[in-house]
Amino acid sequence: MSISTLRIVWLYPDLLSTYGDRGNLLVLAHRARARGIEVEPMQVRSDQHIPHGADMYLIGGGEDGPQAVAAERLLDDGALVKAADAGRPILAICAGYQLLGESFYANGRCYPGLGILDLRSDRGESRAVGEIAGEGSAALDIGPITGFENHGGRTHLGEAVQPLAHVSAGIGNDGVTEGAWAGHVVGTYMHGPALARNPRLADLLLSWAMGIDPRTMPQVDDAWPERLRAERFVALAPE
Amino acid sequence: MSANLTPRAKFATALLRTAAVLSRATGRGDGSVIGGRVGLIVEPRLLELLADGRHVVLISGTNGKTTTTRFTTAALEAIGKVATNSFGANMPTGHTTALAKSPKATYAALECDEHYLGQLLDAAHPKVVALLNLSRDQLDRAMEVTALAQKWRQTLEMSAGQTTVVANADDPLIVWAASVCERVVWVAAGQSWTADSAICPNCGSHLDRFGEFWRCTNCGLNRPSPQWSVAQAGEAVVGPDGRRYDLNLQLPGRVNRANAATALAIASLFGVEPAQAAPKLSEVTSVAGRYAKVERDGRHLRLLLAKNPAGWLESFDMIEKTPPVVLSLNAREVDGFDTSWIYDVDFTSLAGRKVVVTGDRRTDLAVRLEVDRVDYIVVDDIRAAIAAVAPGPVEVVANYTAFQDIRAEFNRVN
Ligand SMILES: [Zn+2]
Repeated sequence: MSISTLRIVWLYPDLLSTYGDRGNLLVLAHRARARGIEVEPMQVRSDQHIPHGADMYLIGGGEDGPQAVAAERLLDDGALVKAADAGRPILAICAGYQLLGESFYANGRCYPGLGILDLRSDRGESRAVGEIAGEGSAALDIGPITGFENHGGRTHLGEAVQPLAHVSAGIGNDGVTEGAWAGHVVGTYMHGPALARNPRLADLLLSWAMGIDPRTMPQVDDAWPERLRAERFVALAPE
Repeated sequence: MSANLTPRAKFATALLRTAAVLSRATGRGDGSVIGGRVGLIVEPRLLELLADGRHVVLISGTNGKTTTTRFTTAALEAIGKVATNSFGANMPTGHTTALAKSPKATYAALECDEHYLGQLLDAAHPKVVALLNLSRDQLDRAMEVTALAQKWRQTLEMSAGQTTVVANADDPLIVWAASVCERVVWVAAGQSWTADSAICPNCGSHLDRFGEFWRCTNCGLNRPSPQWSVAQAGEAVVGPDGRRYDLNLQLPGRVNRANAATALAIASLFGVEPAQAAPKLSEVTSVAGRYAKVERDGRHLRLLLAKNPAGWLESFDMIEKTPPVVLSLNAREVDGFDTSWIYDVDFTSLAGRKVVVTGDRRTDLAVRLEVDRVDYIVVDDIRAAIAAVAPGPVEVVANYTAFQDIRAEFNRVN
């Protein structure tokens, strides 16, 4: 493999960090280390400049107020948009996912997003809270997805993105699709440690960061993550 | 008190007791909730009427309220009878029952759910309100913590009146909420979870921290000078005049020394000297099963309840360094259905010791521990966990319903 240390930037944990968002960073570091790759995690606060040239960028979930502030600072900073243009992998969760789009709603107002993903978010009639599952995008080859969602937003996808999954349980974007991806940018409503339950998505992001084919990566012992996935799918199955 | 109750309130109180007894007899908990509900239907002002004329303290916060209420009750018992909701029924139905059960108590120490503080302030006219801390807890059904602090702030501004607030100077959210009050006694009660207070609750700017001191970089909100603190060395509380009071607690951990400091601060507002109150705190051995020590087959288990990230971190700070640890995780309704928060807990301090994982969501814990490179074994229940460890001391950490399951295995030990 071409690099031995991956620099993963976790953006704005001071503003966007709800339950377990740190988990995605931990899971990526764990899975990289299992292949002999070290991860250098970098937490970047909203009053700091975003480093250019990192290998991956993560952005988490949060409430309306911090989401609006985060979007404004990300637009001012500009580095995340440049990273997306340069093909750097980005994983964005919930509020972070919405603000990568063209526009989103917070505190009853429409805010401009970063325009990295061709999508628009508004408010749903009710909060979507609970387990979510579905068939992952075939083009990404990530298998079925499983997660927990907790959000009030609904997201409408444009032509230039594809859904991350089609939902069989839960709401996701609109009750039909969940999340979105384009290039090496992935957004999802699966909050917290989404990658702990979706190891193939974690590996896909790592392979993009390293510039290699995911099928060439050494296997990791996924007995327990697979057991967890099976349990969550069973919990959703009709009686 | 009961002598002054209207006939309607007396009837409501009698019904409440009957309902509570029936509920206990049919095995549905201790009856606090159902009894209170029945009483409040007959007389909606029952809580207010029962609280009238008593000296009340309300104790609220995300973590430590049950233990602090227990400590406070023990301290106040030095000067009189105390009504308290010792079964953890911390909503108005439980408060009503607690007061109805102790008609002669002059004092009342009431643990209060964070969302009911305003209602209790209006109904119970407390002499003292103690605010311990605010951190993330069961996010999928509760309010965001900053919004909760805002609600407290408004409530206190409207209703605190003659009430003295005992508040944690180390928690920015608590300081912001309490600072609208005229009379505040500050306690340096510590903060084991800082991730929910990186940002100033008043203006949204960053908070700077220098050791225990913190301040907003923009609006000037900062850590008030505490009157009460936990001594740096040894097990003691330092009072407003700088005097040290030795604790000798049976409950473990820095966080319980902080709870004791808060209880001493409350008690002194009721006229109980700390030197008189402190020895009463060492009589507390367990709180509704928390910290209880139980034995089976030569395994000496200590039971620790931890409901949220802050609680788990506090537990890891309390446990002895070498004995095996049993972790049990459920995600039933009262726990919150979402287990994501376990990724906010750092488990790496458990590496190198025997760790046994159980509970409904043990697989989630197994995956979590693997990510932190902690070796573990997974078992079906607490019996299997006991069989999996060698005789000797064992530390057990469980979240709410997982804890109740384990407690039930030991005949609902108190
Ligand atoms: Zn400020």
